[in-house]
Amino acid sequence: MPIIWLRFALACYTVGLVHALLALTHRSNVLNRVALPAMGSGMIFQFVALTESVLVAGQITLATVHNSESLLALLIMLAFMLVYAIYHTSSPGIVVFPLVFILTFVAATGQQPFLVNSPGLLRGWLVAHITLIFTGYAALFISFAASLLYLVQERSLKSKHPNTTRLRLPPLETIDEIGFRSLLLGFPSMTLGLIAGIVVAQASFGRIDLLDPKIFLSLLMWAVYMLMVFTRWNAGWRGRRAAYLATGAFAAALIAWSANYFSAIHRFAAS
Amino acid sequence: MSLQIIGVNHLTAPVEVRERLAIPESRLADSVRLLVQHPGVNEGLILSTCNRVEVLAQSANDRADLRGFLHQLFTVPASEFESHLYEFSEREAIRHLFRVAASLDSMVVGEPQILGQVKEAYATARAVGAVHSQLDLLLTRAFAVAKRVRTETAVGSSAVSVASVAVDLAKKIFGSLQGKHVYLVGAGKMSELAARHLMAHGAESIFVANRTHDRAAQLAAKFSGQAILFEQLYETCDRADIVITSTGAPHAIFRTEHGELFLNRRKNRPMFFIDIAVPRDVDPEMNKLDGIFVYDIDDLQQAVSSNVADRRREAERAEEIINLEVTRFQQRLQSLDVVPTIVSLQDHLETIRQAEIDRVRGRLGELSPEQENALETLTRGIVNKIMHTPVSTLKTAATEPEATTVIDVVRRLFNLQEKKR
Repeated sequence: MPIIWLRFALACYTVGLVHALLALTHRSNVLNRVALPAMGSGMIFQFVALTESVLVAGQITLATVHNSESLLALLIMLAFMLVYAIYHTSSPGIVVFPLVFILTFVAATGQQPFLVNSPGLLRGWLVAHITLIFTGYAALFISFAASLLYLVQERSLKSKHPNTTRLRLPPLETIDEIGFRSLLLGFPSMTLGLIAGIVVAQASFGRIDLLDPKIFLSLLMWAVYMLMVFTRWNAGWRGRRAAYLATGAFAAALIAWSANYFSAIHRFAAS
Repeated sequence: MSLQIIGVNHLTAPVEVRERLAIPESRLADSVRLLVQHPGVNEGLILSTCNRVEVLAQSANDRADLRGFLHQLFTVPASEFESHLYEFSEREAIRHLFRVAASLDSMVVGEPQILGQVKEAYATARAVGAVHSQLDLLLTRAFAVAKRVRTETAVGSSAVSVASVAVDLAKKIFGSLQGKHVYLVGAGKMSELAARHLMAHGAESIFVANRTHDRAAQLAAKFSGQAILFEQLYETCDRADIVITSTGAPHAIFRTEHGELFLNRRKNRPMFFIDIAVPRDVDPEMNKLDGIFVYDIDDLQQAVSSNVADRRREAERAEEIINLEVTRFQQRLQSLDVVPTIVSLQDHLETIRQAEIDRVRGRLGELSPEQENALETLTRGIVNKIMHTPVSTLKTAATEPEATTVIDVVRRLFNLQEKKR
């Protein structure tokens, strides 16, 4: 009963959602103490749900739209926990928790139709493709969240207003480092994921149609991603410009994701 | 038990008086010994800091003459300090001690040193045996209350000086100051102070540029830093993460174009300008550049006043905590107070029982072990029945304000002679 576990996970993530909403106006350590363990438990439930749904189906079901959303949520949470372990800050949670909640909510309240029906598929390549691409998405999202936090912290420091400088965000340079490091981690993952995807497509269809919306938009997203890493690495872009770029990359990722609904070769079963 | 505090502090006495009353550390132990030898004083402690001199004493029943003790202790004529003295007793004394330890009675509310000073005074008094039972309990509680105030309120968390506000802001930008470079432009006292603060928080190195190069060299030497010719200011400034300017220049020496140049060379790594010069050295427009943060003296002052106001608000919350803790501590003392009375009562009745058995034993003649046993059980039963009501009344009263009255009544009724404690 993977759906039950997923709903348990959703219940846990609700605590995180409440925390994120309250954190905007309140300062409380108590909430932090409750929210983090809740989110951790949510991750465990979600992991169980995903594993079980793969085992029950006896094949790779990650490619169904709901399981992918659930996997993406789990990977984003993993990235968040990684940041928390290294920097001891839960601030990205303000942005991350609501997203994880929404992804899991959608996943927990729907049917689970199968997509992968081609028996000749290279199963290993497909798993690599999905996991790597989603790790890239998760990293991109953390980077996007970090650049938003950077803007908020920068504005508050520049405004010099005593009330705004009291926000409990991590130092500017730490936020910057979180954003950049997750970019650095996400980029190779995204690149390898795309390569794995190409291998799968080649094997299934025998050719790569560059004009297929999914492939075209994925490559576009990859290009924006690379541009982001490049400008950050080379020119040290941060602050406003980095945030705009991260927003661009994030939008490109969303568009590439939505291409699933009208691509000829890469689509989830109707749900 | 009777608790008393007498003393002067920064609110009641000017520094001229406080400095004459201050007890040097070398004399503190002897002074505490003198205190516990004073008539009526059981336990005692003396706290002497630059802002206060206070004597805390616990006396047996009636209050000890602490003013008399001060006359004996100080060589200063009484007329010079009498009018500045304050005195607290019982509940108010406990509250005062808790407030002092929690830094609510400090000149800068929330400053952390006072707790350490109270702890030192406690250690000294303990070492000479002047603090053992009751004061030990009180002081240990005071430390716990101070800790509670510090963790549950933000009374000591915000910076309340220009230099510490600057450090706080730098930490908000850079996180740790480890490995950060500081550039002093102009070698004034104020910028030296700010630099000292930044270095104390881990900043790595200091550059100094001043129109008079010798002065720059002198100041750089103080921090093992590097003096730089004023003419090379713009070529070298991008090396610094934090720039403190305090020149007497009539107009801005850092303008937007300089900021852009620095950012370009630094690959947009952020820079923090602390401008304490009047007229200002840094064009405020520079604050609009991505990655450059400019704070002038008014901005820093504003942050200080806002933090001071914050502390005041938090102090009100802290006072509530203190009130609760004082009540809780008093209840605890009272519940401790009934125990000796119960013990005396038991002893008293047991003595009567034994005496009565001895008195009638002769008339009863030889008793079998069974009879002996029955006699014992009978008399004990009577004693326990008699004791039951007063003991339970004492226990109930222990946590109530009338505890001392109940204790007194029981003692008078049964003519219990020994001291309560």
